[in-house]
Amino acid sequence: MSLVFKNIIRFIFIMFIQIFVLNKIPPLHQFIVPYFYFVFILWLPFKIKRTALLFISFAAGMLADMFFKTPGLHAAACVLIAYIRPFLINLLLPKEATDWGNEEPTKKTMGPVPYATYLIILTLLHHFYLILLEWMQFGSFLYFIGKLVATTLVSLLLIMITDLFLNRKSKLR
Amino acid sequence: MRNVFLFLKRYSVFIFFLVLQGLALSMLFSYNRFHQTAYGMFSNEVAGNVNKRVNNVESFFTLSEQNKALRQQNAALLSYLPSGSVIPDTSFQLVADTVAVDSLKAYRQYQYFDAKIISNSVFLQQNNMVLHRGSAQGIVPNMAVVGTGGLIGTVISVSENMSIVMSLLHRQSKVIAVLKKGSGLGEVSWDGKDPRFLVLSKIPKTVVVKKGDTVVSSPYSDKFPPGLPIGYVEKIDQDQETNTYKLKIRTAVDFYAVQHAYIVKNLLQEEMDQLKKTVIKE
Repeated sequence: MSLVFKNIIRFIFIMFIQIFVLNKIPPLHQFIVPYFYFVFILWLPFKIKRTALLFISFAAGMLADMFFKTPGLHAAACVLIAYIRPFLINLLLPKEATDWGNEEPTKKTMGPVPYATYLIILTLLHHFYLILLEWMQFGSFLYFIGKLVATTLVSLLLIMITDLFLNRKSKLR
Repeated sequence: MRNVFLFLKRYSVFIFFLVLQGLALSMLFSYNRFHQTAYGMFSNEVAGNVNKRVNNVESFFTLSEQNKALRQQNAALLSYLPSGSVIPDTSFQLVADTVAVDSLKAYRQYQYFDAKIISNSVFLQQNNMVLHRGSAQGIVPNMAVVGTGGLIGTVISVSENMSIVMSLLHRQSKVIAVLKKGSGLGEVSWDGKDPRFLVLSKIPKTVVVKKGDTVVSSPYSDKFPPGLPIGYVEKIDQDQETNTYKLKIRTAVDFYAVQHAYIVKNLLQEEMDQLKKTVIKE
């Protein structure tokens, strides 16, 4: 299966899960919103061009916005993590990203600790920006901090579960 | 000049990032002021079509509740039918009809359009709905939307066949409301905590409030028909800082299961707007 095709299928699948499964879950608490769709950006291959990465993330964010009905909110957060992602990968991995070929960030290719750091930092950054923008429109400081912590934990849990189930193929390390 | 190009080349990714970021933020911040954007029109149609397909499947799960609500409403409407009432026997009484013009004749102010809700959310902070009725069916922004139990929200954006409704469960939604019994004027908003409850504030403490009192839409509103249920008082809090209550009210409509709605058109809206304009001009 070609790399592009695989990612398109994955994108559709992740978006479907986000919009028609996670968005339909009855709310547990004001702070808990299961955001999951952005994991698509985290799982794109290492060697993707930076401008392409930015553009894809913007498009993904816009599509999510169509269904959340908040034009630009999720797109802004996605573009931010897409911009930070290459720097973070260079920081966490000793090798140059170009040597990695078509590999994508997984526990095996990056090692468990760098992979976990990578997930936590980008998830936190995504939610921080998203909720900050939301906070600018309404809400209090407690709302901001509480929602940031709760949504980040829920997102990380969802990503962890998916990683256990999906077993994405990778040969390195 | 060469340096400028070198600079652009070196920082091209960063500039692209800034452009996309700016685009996203400008969309976000202009949306709240001008709901009608080209993006809004496009995304309404696209997202609406996808939602419609999924909704076809999903609607089966709440059918029984919908049926129950509709049966109740049918019962209420049937009781208005002339066949349901008996004319009093006046044959042995002399009634002098002195009025030549029928002064009791009413004319219509509100027109109801039936609409299907094709997408709804309760778990966000800004909950919107998408209805399958649009400008082609005569819907314009700022119309009221009511459900089988009571008020649902306001139309904020319209495309050809879809319209977006700001539900009562939206942090920026504010509806003027009165208590059916005490008639104190207040404001219904949502604190974002629990989708089953709304907050009614600004009711003065001079009004006597009891648990279970009905909160209805105000008679002074120009878009909501007066006397429409919004919720029932669940908990009464005294606001220590001001001279008003802070009432927790249970929504009249079950926002989890709502599937059909009526869009309300105020037939006197235009006249009212024009009248208001003449006052503001002077």
